Amino acid sequence: MNIIRIFKTVFLIDFLTGLLIAIKESFKPKKTLNYPFEKGKISPRYRGEHALRRYPNGEERCIACKLCEAVCPAQAITIESTAREDGSRKTTRYDIDMLKCIYCGLCEESCPVDAIVQGPNFEFATHTREELYYNKEKLLENGDRWENVLAANIKADNPYR
Amino acid sequence: MEYIVLLFSEIYKILYVLIPVLVSVAMIVWLDRRIWAFVQKRRGPNVVGPFGLFQTLADALKYIFKEIIIPASSNKIIFILAPIVTMTLALVAWAVIPFSEDYVLADINVGILYIFAISSLGVYGIIMGGWASNSKYPFLGSIRSAAQMVSYEVSIGVIIINVLLCVGSLNLSDIVLAQEKIWFVIPLFPMFVIFFISSLAETNRPPFDLPEAEAELVAGYQTEYSGMMYAMFWLGEYANILLMCALGSILFLGGWLAPMDIPLFDIVPPPVWLILKILFLFVLFALIKAIVPRYRYDQLMRLGWKVFLPFSLIWVVLTSGYLLYFDLLPVY
Repeated sequence: MNIIRIFKTVFLIDFLTGLLIAIKESFKPKKTLNYPFEKGKISPRYRGEHALRRYPNGEERCIACKLCEAVCPAQAITIESTAREDGSRKTTRYDIDMLKCIYCGLCEESCPVDAIVQGPNFEFATHTREELYYNKEKLLENGDRWENVLAANIKADNPYR
Repeated sequence: MEYIVLLFSEIYKILYVLIPVLVSVAMIVWLDRRIWAFVQKRRGPNVVGPFGLFQTLADALKYIFKEIIIPASSNKIIFILAPIVTMTLALVAWAVIPFSEDYVLADINVGILYIFAISSLGVYGIIMGGWASNSKYPFLGSIRSAAQMVSYEVSIGVIIINVLLCVGSLNLSDIVLAQEKIWFVIPLFPMFVIFFISSLAETNRPPFDLPEAEAELVAGYQTEYSGMMYAMFWLGEYANILLMCALGSILFLGGWLAPMDIPLFDIVPPPVWLILKILFLFVLFALIKAIVPRYRYDQLMRLGWKVFLPFSLIWVVLTSGYLLYFDLLPVY
């Protein structure tokens, strides 16, 4: 143990340097987000809450091909369908169990008409389990609410698909 | 009738000290978390109330509504008694702290001994909690805590002797008044540093928070506690920290006295000076929590017994020799 080290130990030099650094650092800008008030950037490909989209004329996009139901690895999607008077095939039931869903994005991937998509919303926590069994109305409502963002995201992501 | 009036006036005086202390404990927890966060470039609690000031109240409310779980194999009476003992002892010691020349609850002549006795008893709360939990982590934590607090109390006692030699009185108000010419932090600076480090150990703050070292002992003696009982431990701990800061500012930083005897400083009421000094020491406590790693147990014991104790003993000899040689010993 040399003299310098003894000097440093007795006069707490290292400790005081650390204290000085701590005081300096505490005045620097914060690295964390002020979360509920400001949010981080989300990629257009972000796989959040599901939504069913419509065409601009208000017609549902979904053609009840059931590809998403088939591809879903968690079997969270249940679809029932009938033919309408005009001969088009539409869903009568489109349920997603958000508790089973693993947010893999395969439903969105498989959809031929971009009807089922996963939007940028990740803040859909609820008080009860029942509220997370989404039905068709809920999904369509989500689609209506997020349509602007969803369309922009699909457009932004299009060159990489 | 006279007796009842006296009783109520005493209760009023007690509440006049106790409620500010409890409120400032709540604020100090917020300040601690906030400073800790700032050093790590986080924001800390900033949502509840202005700047998050009411975070502690929200936490306390949460603790009140939580279920209190008492382990089946615990010694129930002692288990419940432990947090009560910790908190009561932490608050009782505030009785002798002088906030100004006449604003002191009990102006007893052995104030410093009283505080020393009460803070020694503080170990019992932790030992009782650890033993009554009947579980390995609380037990180990409380054993560590007992050894640690006992060792550092010895060096704190010797440091206090230094101050008492310069004052010649055990009364806390006299100790403050003796610093009118010069604060004891200047002639006794090394003692102030050792006192500060020992009070870190005494209150189980990092780097000496071995009793609750979360990496090894989960939460030490608090492991089995929940709800309001945990909150009482936690309040008692912070009240103790505040008490050690108050003691440090009374013994070394001149208590309620203004830094200099100029008319501008006389406008500020004396208790504000004491509060500012306590806050300064507490900010140091909080900064140290943010920058230091935890001591190993044998290092802790080595520091207490082999470094601080001999050093402060030598300093007692030096101080008394100096005072005797220059005939400065205070006479009462």
